[in-house]
Amino acid sequence: MNYLADVRALARKDLLLELRARDTLPSMLLFVVAVFVVFHFALPAGSSDRAASGLLWVAIVFTALLGLGRAFVPEREQRVLDALVLAPCDRSAIWLAKSIATFAFLGAAEVVALPVFALFFHGLSWSTVAGVALADVGICTVGTFVGATAVVTRARELLLPLLFLPLAIPLVIGGVGASVVDAPGRYLAFLGLYDVLFALLCWAAFEYVVVE
Amino acid sequence: MIEARNVGRLFGDKRVLRGVDLDVPRGGFALVTGPNGAGKTTLLRMCAGLALPSEGELRVDVTRERIGFLAHDPLVYRELTALENLDLYGKLYRVLERKERVGMLLERFGLWEARHERVGAYSRGMTQRLALCRVLLHDPALLVLDEPYTALDAQGADLLDEQLDELHGDRTFLVSTHDPERVERFATTRLVLA
Amino acid sequence: MRRAHRIPLPALAVAALVLVVAALVLVFFVAPNDADQGFSQRIFYFHVSIAFTSYLCFGAGAWKALRHLWKRDPHADLESYVAVHQGVIFGSLVLLTGSIWAKISWGHWWLWSENQLVLFLVLFLFYAAYFMLRFSVDPGPQRANLSAVYALFGVVLVPVSFMAIRLAQHFIHPVVFTRHGAAFGGWILVAYLVSQAAIIVLAYTLYRVELAGKLLAARVRELRLA
Repeated sequence: MNYLADVRALARKDLLLELRARDTLPSMLLFVVAVFVVFHFALPAGSSDRAASGLLWVAIVFTALLGLGRAFVPEREQRVLDALVLAPCDRSAIWLAKSIATFAFLGAAEVVALPVFALFFHGLSWSTVAGVALADVGICTVGTFVGATAVVTRARELLLPLLFLPLAIPLVIGGVGASVVDAPGRYLAFLGLYDVLFALLCWAAFEYVVVE
Repeated sequence: MIEARNVGRLFGDKRVLRGVDLDVPRGGFALVTGPNGAGKTTLLRMCAGLALPSEGELRVDVTRERIGFLAHDPLVYRELTALENLDLYGKLYRVLERKERVGMLLERFGLWEARHERVGAYSRGMTQRLALCRVLLHDPALLVLDEPYTALDAQGADLLDEQLDELHGDRTFLVSTHDPERVERFATTRLVLA
Repeated sequence: MRRAHRIPLPALAVAALVLVVAALVLVFFVAPNDADQGFSQRIFYFHVSIAFTSYLCFGAGAWKALRHLWKRDPHADLESYVAVHQGVIFGSLVLLTGSIWAKISWGHWWLWSENQLVLFLVLFLFYAAYFMLRFSVDPGPQRANLSAVYALFGVVLVPVSFMAIRLAQHFIHPVVFTRHGAAFGGWILVAYLVSQAAIIVLAYTLYRVELAGKLLAARVRELRLA
């Protein structure tokens, strides 16, 4: 019970920080819409709807990267992470709370982005929406983990996409599969499996990222 | 409380600490002095449990939640208010009667009036006072204070003196400072790093 | 030094040399031509052996990573890193041999329909980032922790990516070409097993050589800073 209370307090803090600073969510929104416009011109006339579905996933992954790059900036600026690590809460609560906050931002960006996508390109199937929701879980859990890693290194922003993209490739495969095939069941199941597997791994390993 | 035997620390190819021996009994007050770059901060971080020694043995007989650590940085969120910051730490440390305790500390350190202001808008001295509130919030048994007088004005320094007066005796202290005269009268152990 | 019971390096090196020569002889002069793809199919003996060895290296790296996180075994970090390093070297050879084979058989240097090739590309990218991570943190307990954590991520990524790439075949390449299930017996089996043994012993020898060098460098650094 204490664990959940810790997660709640930490996640609430992250949402409050975003509410004050208002920099992550607006930039994600602008970015994703700008990417759609770029895609329109990057797709030659006569390109299939399937190509557009694939590009939706590129947009989601890169928009998420934008948000993930900001995730641990408040902790890094004043080395607040030291204080969180010293607090008696389980260290994985820091990761879980940050994942929840990132999930909220990414979800909020997609609530706008998906209808815009449907408007600009072709409609959206339910399986795409389900795929996006499931992939978001994986993107946010793994991405937050990688984001925490990146801030403790010298390379920082540079390292985040390099570590994250290879880990996100299975998510893109599952997501695109769910968007373009007629029977998306197995792709959605795969996304769910990825979420569970990597969430467990991140949960167990996070402590080693923040303490020596 | 703290027992260090021949403790050393390397950062990459750089040695920052070598052969440190230190004994601080329960209720003791250890004063760590030395020039910049002598490894004071590193030693304090190791005693607080934020870093591991590369060599030697270090034992700190206190659980994590009983440590109060004052770092160079105030370790508070600039975008949150003083009240929100302390409330967060109060929750994480499961402080009983959190609201009362937070209010009492803010009052004592002269921050009550500014409690709803963003910490980013605070002066350096006010931020340091808030950092002290954060350290004292959960009534720690071991206080690790890195240059606690930094940025404090005369009044703030007097407030800190009062706190040290009140707490020393049953709490254990590990304090690094450039201004040893200020806390000389408390010191039971002295360590000079070169 | 510790682990005196280990096989001495010179003996390992000789064993690796003998096995590699035996494998080359068996593969090029003894094993029969493939009915379908002729002589060029022989690269498969090495391609498959190298791929399997590469997985073994990544697995060993993850095992040592676990030893570091769990037991704080003081040498485990270096051993994990060296194993992953050998895994990446052999992984690059998988890409190289696979690419050569693709060129000979289909006239293209790259085939997205070859699952193993695509998987090794993903792994190559991941482990390259692992090196970037490792070299962007100062040597010390934090670097050991981060390296260990990502070595573990790597072995989880292998089966997950494998599944994903198999799934992708259904919408990326709806037409899956079939390969004849060649009769896997006699000299073919012997040639394969000997190549496999040769590559594994070779990898282990290289691992030991690199580890010995790295341990020596660490010792020198220790003495210099003492």
